[in-house]
Amino acid sequence: MLKNAVSKASNNSDFDELLNLPDEHGHFGPYGGCFAAETLMAPIDELRQAYEHYRNDSKFMAEIDADFSQFVGRPSPLYHAERWSENLGGAQIYFKREDLNHTGAHKINNTVGQALLAKRMGKTRIIAETGAGQHGVATATVCARLGLECVVYMGSEDIKRQMINVFRMRLLGAEVVAVESGSKTLKDALNEAMRDWVTNVDDTFYIIGTVAGPHPYPAMVRDFQAIIGREARAQALDQTGKLPAALVACVGGGSNAMGLFYPFIADHDVELIGVEAAGDGIETGRHAAPLNAGRPGVLHGNRTYLMETDGGQIIETHSVSAGLDYPGVGPEHAWLKDCGRAQYAAATDTEALDAFHEVTRTEGIMPALETSHALAYAKKIAPDYDKDAMIIVSLSGRGDKDIHTVAAHEGIEI
Amino acid sequence: MSRIAACFLGLAEAGRQALIPFVTAGDPEPGVTVELMHAMVGAGADIIELGVPFSDPMADGPVIQRASERALAHNVTLHDVIDMVKRFRQSNAQTPVVLMGYLNPVEAMGYEAFADSAAKAGVDGVLTVDLPPEEGAELVSTLKERNIDTIFLLAPTSNAERIKRIDAMASGFIYYVSLKGVTGASNLDIEAVSAKLAEIRSISRLPLGVGFGVKAPTDAANLASIADAVIVGSTLVKIVEENAAEPAKIPGMIGEALSAFRRAMENAV
Ligand SMILES: Cc1ncc(COP(=O)(O)O)c(C=O)c1O
Repeated sequence: MLKNAVSKASNNSDFDELLNLPDEHGHFGPYGGCFAAETLMAPIDELRQAYEHYRNDSKFMAEIDADFSQFVGRPSPLYHAERWSENLGGAQIYFKREDLNHTGAHKINNTVGQALLAKRMGKTRIIAETGAGQHGVATATVCARLGLECVVYMGSEDIKRQMINVFRMRLLGAEVVAVESGSKTLKDALNEAMRDWVTNVDDTFYIIGTVAGPHPYPAMVRDFQAIIGREARAQALDQTGKLPAALVACVGGGSNAMGLFYPFIADHDVELIGVEAAGDGIETGRHAAPLNAGRPGVLHGNRTYLMETDGGQIIETHSVSAGLDYPGVGPEHAWLKDCGRAQYAAATDTEALDAFHEVTRTEGIMPALETSHALAYAKKIAPDYDKDAMIIVSLSGRGDKDIHTVAAHEGIEI
Repeated sequence: MSRIAACFLGLAEAGRQALIPFVTAGDPEPGVTVELMHAMVGAGADIIELGVPFSDPMADGPVIQRASERALAHNVTLHDVIDMVKRFRQSNAQTPVVLMGYLNPVEAMGYEAFADSAAKAGVDGVLTVDLPPEEGAELVSTLKERNIDTIFLLAPTSNAERIKRIDAMASGFIYYVSLKGVTGASNLDIEAVSAKLAEIRSISRLPLGVGFGVKAPTDAANLASIADAVIVGSTLVKIVEENAAEPAKIPGMIGEALSAFRRAMENAV
C-alpha cells in the first residue's frame, strides 16, 4: 500500500535525491518494486545481478556505445524547427531526432542494450511485447544481427493498425504472435509475453520495451534510453550556450520521456513535461492517461498509476496511437509527478493529428502519431515562452508506420 | 489455530491428503458459486480455493483466463466474492476457503478494509499470485492480525534462500507450482516434483500442496503419495466452461469429476 505517498520531495535540493532512485528493491518512493509470480523471481534476480555487473563493466558499455554510433547512427541531431517556431510565435522549438535512428524510433537504444546483455547472459531466445510495432521491429532487428531467436507478442487490434511493422518484423525473421485475449492491445501482449517467459525461463530473455515491468526493468530501460537526454543536454549547450526552458515528450510507458528527462533532473530550472494520450478527451473516459486520470495500483510487476475500475480491474484504453495505448505508466514517472519534479499533460487524438500534419508540412519531418502528442502540447505552450527560450521536444519516432491510420481517419484509401 | 491449520492437522492424524479444488468465483455466473462450493465439499473437497476474477491474469493459461472474463462480464468484484464466502459459511463452518487472485483488486479495496471484510465473511487464507515476500510484509501482517493465513507459491525455480524466506512469511500451507508455466499447462513430472518437495521439506514444516499440472485422477493419485495436498484447477474450470450455457448442471458435473479425484487419492494410499 501507499505508505509514503504523502511524503513528497518538497524542495529543490530533494530533487537531487531523485537521481539515486530506484532503491535496491526497485522502489521510486512508493512506486515500482517487483511484483511477480514466484517462478519469475529467479530469472528476474538473475537479470538484476547481470545488469548490476555489466553496467559497471567498461568493455560491455563500450560495446553498446559502438553499436549506438555504428548500428543505430547516434548521436541523433538536435534540430531547430525554425519555421514552426516562427509560426507558433514563442519559444524556439528543437527536435531531438530519435526518428533518424536505425528502425525509426528511440526504441532501438533499449533493444541494443538488452540484447547485448542477453547475449552475455547466454540466453538464446528473445521475447518482446509490442504496441505500435516499433519496439517489436527494434527487437527483431537486433536479434537478426546477433543471431538470436525472436518471438514478438502483439495484440490483434494493433496488428490491424500497424500492418507495415508486422511485415517488417517477419522480414527480419521474427515470429509475430497475435494476442486475442482481453482488449487485444499492448497490455495483453505484455501479459502473453510474461506467460511465455514463465514457461521458458531457462533459455529466454524478455526484452521489455518501456520503463515498466518488475525491477530492474524500469531502471535498466531508463539507463539505456538516457543517451537521449545526455546528448540533448550537451547539444543544447553546444548549439545555444544554454539549457532549455522545457522538455516535452510523449508518454506511453514512458521510455522516451524518461530517457530525455533523466539527465536533466538536477537542472531544477528545466521543466519536464510528459504528454499522455487523451484519446477522445479525458472527460469522455476514452483515453490512455493514467497520470492525468488514474490512481495507484499494481500491474505488470510494479506499483504505479493505472487506469482501473473502483474494484481494481484494468480498463481498456483508447488512443489513435497504438504505442500510447497502455493503461499504466513507468513507476519513475509516477514518483516524478507526486514529487512535483515533472508535470504530465495530455493531448487528444484530434490535437495529435493536427500537429502531425502541421509539422509534416512546415518542417518536412513526418512524426509518429505517438510523437505527435508531444508536438501538440509543445504547440499549445510555445506562445507562453519568450522568443529566446528553448523547448526540446523528443521526436521519438517517424510516422511512416502511421500513414494508413492517418489516411483512414480522413476517409482515404491507400 | 486457523481453520486451515486445523484441517491439515486432522488430515495428518487420519493419514489422508487434502483435495483442494479451484474454481473462479462468479463463473459462469455469480448465482452458481455458493451451491458449487457446497457440491465440492460433498464430493470430498477438504479446502476450497476460490479464484478472484482479474482483467489481466498473467500467471494463468487460457482456460482460467476465460473464466475470469466470464465472471467479469457479470461485473463480479472482490466484494461479491467475499459475499459468496459469507453465504457459504451460513451452512458450512468447517471447510477452509482460500481466495486466490492478483494483488490489484486488493490494493483497490485497501489492505485493512479487505482483511476486515474477509475475516468477517469467514475467509481463511489469501494467495496473491503477484505478491512475492519481498513486497508482502504489510499484507501478511494485516491478514495475520485477523487470523487469516497468507499462502505463498514456491516454484521449480525457487532456490533454498527463497524457500527459507517464503517459509518465514507463509502460514497455512505452501503451494508448490509443479511446473514452469501457467495454470493448465500439462507436463507434470512426478520425479522432479518429488525431489523438489524433499528439498522444501528439509526447510519448511508447513503442509505442502501441489498444483498447476494436475489433469487426471491418476496425477492426483501420484501426488497423494508425496504431497500433503493436491490442487485441481483448470480441469474443473474446463467443465464449468463446457456447461456455461446450463449453469444449473455445473455443481453436479463438478461434484462427479471431483469424486473421481477423491477416489483415486484414497486408493493410492
Ligand atoms: C515513436 C514512439 N514514440 C513513443 C512511444 C511510446 O513509448 P514510450 O512512452 O515508452 O516512449 C512509442 C511506442 O511504441 C513509439 O513507437
